[in-house]
Amino acid sequence: MSIQEICRVADCTRLGEGLYSITMHAPAICEKTQVGQFVHIACGEGNLLRRPISICDWQDGKLRIVFQVKGEGTKWLAARKEGDELDVLGPLGHGFDTKALGDKPIFIGGGIGVPPMLACVKKAVGEGAQPRAVLGFRNKDAVILEDDFKAVCEAFVTTDDGSYARHGFVTDVLKEIVADTTGVAACGPKPMLKAIAAIADAAGLPCQVSMEERMGCGIGACLVCACALKAENGETRYGHVCKDGPVFDAKEVAW
Amino acid sequence: MADLRVNFCGVELKNPITTASGTFGFGHEYGEFFDLSLLGGVGVKGLTPTERLGNPAPRIAETPAGILNCVGLQNPGIDRFIEEQIPFLRQYDTAIIANVSGNTVEEYEGMVEKISDADVDLIEMNISCPNVKCGGMAFGTRPDMVEEVVSAAKKKAKKPLIVKLSPNVTDITEIARAAEAAGADALSLINTLLGMRINIETRKPILSNIMGGLSGPAVFPVAVRMVYQVRKAVSVPILGMGGIRTGKDIVEMLLAGADAVAMGTVMFADPMAPVKALRELEDWMDAHGVKSVSELSGAVEV
Repeated sequence: MSIQEICRVADCTRLGEGLYSITMHAPAICEKTQVGQFVHIACGEGNLLRRPISICDWQDGKLRIVFQVKGEGTKWLAARKEGDELDVLGPLGHGFDTKALGDKPIFIGGGIGVPPMLACVKKAVGEGAQPRAVLGFRNKDAVILEDDFKAVCEAFVTTDDGSYARHGFVTDVLKEIVADTTGVAACGPKPMLKAIAAIADAAGLPCQVSMEERMGCGIGACLVCACALKAENGETRYGHVCKDGPVFDAKEVAW
Repeated sequence: MADLRVNFCGVELKNPITTASGTFGFGHEYGEFFDLSLLGGVGVKGLTPTERLGNPAPRIAETPAGILNCVGLQNPGIDRFIEEQIPFLRQYDTAIIANVSGNTVEEYEGMVEKISDADVDLIEMNISCPNVKCGGMAFGTRPDMVEEVVSAAKKKAKKPLIVKLSPNVTDITEIARAAEAAGADALSLINTLLGMRINIETRKPILSNIMGGLSGPAVFPVAVRMVYQVRKAVSVPILGMGGIRTGKDIVEMLLAGADAVAMGTVMFADPMAPVKALRELEDWMDAHGVKSVSELSGAVEV
């Protein structure tokens, strides 16, 4: 059940170059939120479409998003101050099923795909699992939320250029620890997700991926955010990232 | 209190506000935000004889005050609509406007015949979709073809037949007259305007289908102009649509010549837009001493 809630900004912090964290009062949305879902935020008069942003975390009626400024809408969002009001639809979409990932799951985030994995890790811990996180970034300046993850689980950090932590990709780490894991969940660029899905598949592990696509209504009515899925007859069918996803079983996705 | 009821080709709508086909799915999603019984009618996603997968992503590009889309009529097919969706929509006290498309004259005939026997109130025949290769807009841009496909479909229609017109024509009144002459009970306009955006970094079109249909507030003045022109050219009722955002926009569309209206793209910005517009329309009419919607239809003073 989706809700439209006017949410007061509690905090807007710059985390890095073009990277921001907003915490907002969203008691009604928080009450229904599940890990991996997103909110759809109206971003100023000049932008007709809302901007879909993954939910990073939530607690005591406060919801946190961490996002990257990519255009006019997110630029507007990044300029919000404490006390400003946001028109938010949420919680939207189909999230991660952490229980289906077993007691030693791995949560992988790439770049701005890292934030939604934080709530996943916390949930897995709460369910008695021993999760680990693998967080990949372009370079040192793009690293976000490292401390948040390390406060709750073992977390590996990689950078594409080696400017911080381990030089390499999240898949390098995954290959090394995949034998000692029970399931994989990931959010990030599509090539990364595809590579992760292949490794998980080879290891016979369940794998859930959070996909991204240009979105319209955000609730499943306009059908624009098509994601190619495998149909039962072996052909391609289109699911929709906003309602059927953003999280899909990696086996369902027509890569 | 103003009387918001509208008699649209013999079907009583409780108010002139309906939803534009293709923006509202089959009502489930927006039904989580407001009671669908508040609407005069629900225009459902365009239906085809069999399931259509639609185009690959990206299917949307944002534009100033609008969007381009190339969904490509993704739908489960008419049979599943009849079986699964009509019972859902009938829980609400609102008119069901079934939108149908085909690739050939025969397919349009078959669609209209089949949907006529289903529990819907109005049939909207889409001869103006810009996002499918055959049929669609190909039928809606030539008067001789409009006449052929509409007269064939009309023979099979047991419910009022609305013909949805494309704005991508030199003279929309010529098309409107052809549809009326062929037996259309009403016209709906405008469908989306054909447009295109290019990613300047990759030099590739943003949309998978290269071109798409423009909708949203950006097209509102074009829609008002075309409704005005068509109102002067034909006498059948008009369902006016294209970029309507508010109750005041509805008043303007009615003045231009619409008998009822449809809202669409604005709901992507605000799911509650039709409900807010309904209140605004009612307030505006009361404040201006307008007793009924029909007093406004075509009442522009030129």
